[in-house]
Amino acid sequence: MARLKTGTRLKSVVCNTQVMVVAAPDADVDCSCGGHPMIDAAATPPEGLVISPEAAKGTTLGKRYVNADGKLELLCIKAGEGSLAVGGVALVLKEAKPLPSSD
Amino acid sequence: MNLMMLLEMAVSGFGDRVAVRSGTEELTYQQLFDAAGAAAAAFEASGCENAALLDVNSLAVPVGLFASAWAGRPFVPLNYRLTDAEIEALAERIAPSFLVTSRERADALAKLPRTTVVAREAFLPRVFGKPAREPSWPMDPDAIAILLFTSGTTGAPKAAVIRHKHLVSYIFGSVEFGAAGEDEAALVSVPPYHIAGMAAITSSVYAGRRIVQLPAFSAEAWIETARRERVTHAFVVPTMLGRIVDALEPLDAGLPHLRALSYGGGKMPLPVIERAMRLLPRTDFTNAYGLTETSSTIAVLGPEDHRAAAASDDPAIRRRLTSVGRPLPSVEVEIRDPEGGRLGPERHGEVCVRGEQVSGEYLGRTSTVDREGWFPTRDGGFADLDGYLFLAGRIDDVIVRGGENISPGDIEDVLLEHEAVADCAVFGIPDEQWGEAVAAAIVLRPGRKATAEDLQKWVRDRLRSSRTPQRIEFRDELPYNETGKLLRRRVKAELAGEIP
Repeated sequence: MARLKTGTRLKSVVCNTQVMVVAAPDADVDCSCGGHPMIDAAATPPEGLVISPEAAKGTTLGKRYVNADGKLELLCIKAGEGSLAVGGVALVLKEAKPLPSSD
Repeated sequence: MNLMMLLEMAVSGFGDRVAVRSGTEELTYQQLFDAAGAAAAAFEASGCENAALLDVNSLAVPVGLFASAWAGRPFVPLNYRLTDAEIEALAERIAPSFLVTSRERADALAKLPRTTVVAREAFLPRVFGKPAREPSWPMDPDAIAILLFTSGTTGAPKAAVIRHKHLVSYIFGSVEFGAAGEDEAALVSVPPYHIAGMAAITSSVYAGRRIVQLPAFSAEAWIETARRERVTHAFVVPTMLGRIVDALEPLDAGLPHLRALSYGGGKMPLPVIERAMRLLPRTDFTNAYGLTETSSTIAVLGPEDHRAAAASDDPAIRRRLTSVGRPLPSVEVEIRDPEGGRLGPERHGEVCVRGEQVSGEYLGRTSTVDREGWFPTRDGGFADLDGYLFLAGRIDDVIVRGGENISPGDIEDVLLEHEAVADCAVFGIPDEQWGEAVAAAIVLRPGRKATAEDLQKWVRDRLRSSRTPQRIEFRDELPYNETGKLLRRRVKAELAGEIP
């Protein structure tokens, strides 16, 4: 369990998934991917772990994932086979509301 | 965070697509990534602290930007209109640096102290086709991504600081990854030393939209390139749009591929946007409001807003064509009075903005962002009931006449409605009785006549007498900067006899 800061990068210990925290609630959260807690992107993952079959729907590059109240938002910066969850509840894909191109 | 994250994602998502095209040369995302790695190695080997670019748009711009991020050095695009002496002064402030420039200038600047000067023509071949480098770049979100020197019309130029966290937050907050179709192309004609030029690269890369570079702007070259390259998206400053519209009108052929045209960087004259919408009925128009200190766009007036305003008889909706739109979801905007109090709808004050993309910082100076994260833009304006933002010029340009605040823009709008007036600038001049008095510099249309008295009467009949210019001077032209911003303070200084 940890309090997340926006801009923090987390990675999966069982697949290639990496996310960046885009929005975080003011509370401790436990993010998991593939059924295992995620770790700081710079940390060394423990060996020998495998994806839980019930958390293997995969992540998509560049997509945003949110929890039920929308307070936690993760951006997938590297895709993988595991799926994201917080407190054991699967995160859902946030629907894109594209802004008009302004640059 | 690091800008390289954006390029790395693009490579994983669509590495074989063309990222950028300049003339007949092009780079895929993978090639851009590899070139950035090789250029970063050159920056590191030189011992530089800053990587500067003094050049028009070319492949060296995206390569230099991402290579700087890779090497953990600020990227410093310099204004190529500056003289060698002016460049020398700036080079001293960023030394030791690595400077990429055109071949012509490389010779003249070769002896700059503590500066590795390399011609673009020699630099690019050196970084192309190198084997891929192991990806590794610093992830400090507070590291400086870009330094942009202001034009410095008053005093020495200041360097605006854009950190990786600002620009990356801006992109993550406003662009959907890989959202561009394979046929989409964005025409970039703003110079690299303008924040819009930097934002265009980063957002196009993240969206997966091919960048088409125009080295130097002319309306004819812009139109020709837009047609030849089947350009679907573009950003222009108001002066550019004015010239494009002028050149397009007699051609009797539109821009069939252009889906979206965004504009910003200065006030858009209402007649120009109305003509542009008529000439390009199938193009979506977006007005983007932003500042260097906010890493580009903070508010947008989107295509639906444009169409609704143009079609409406309701003055409150119709006037939105002159609005800069509503804040991006990722930023907050407030209008404040001089004491910092928050003002409600329709009340004039200073536009203040807060958000992850807001830097509000100049190198070596105290941040202008307050403790709660609000940045005072020094832009005057107000918001309507629905949150549409209207700008009323720079607060520093406000004329204070006998305790009354007068916005030059209101008077300029009225003067421009006069059939003989082609261009004008309104500003304050010292006045013994009132503290400041209203003055105007006028450019007449060829073949048209109007006297100072005619124009004074014109303003007096439409605005209060306190708004009537006390002094009117006629000019052949007014000074503008590169991106079409009126250099009001220069006109003022000329009138006061400070500049011949």
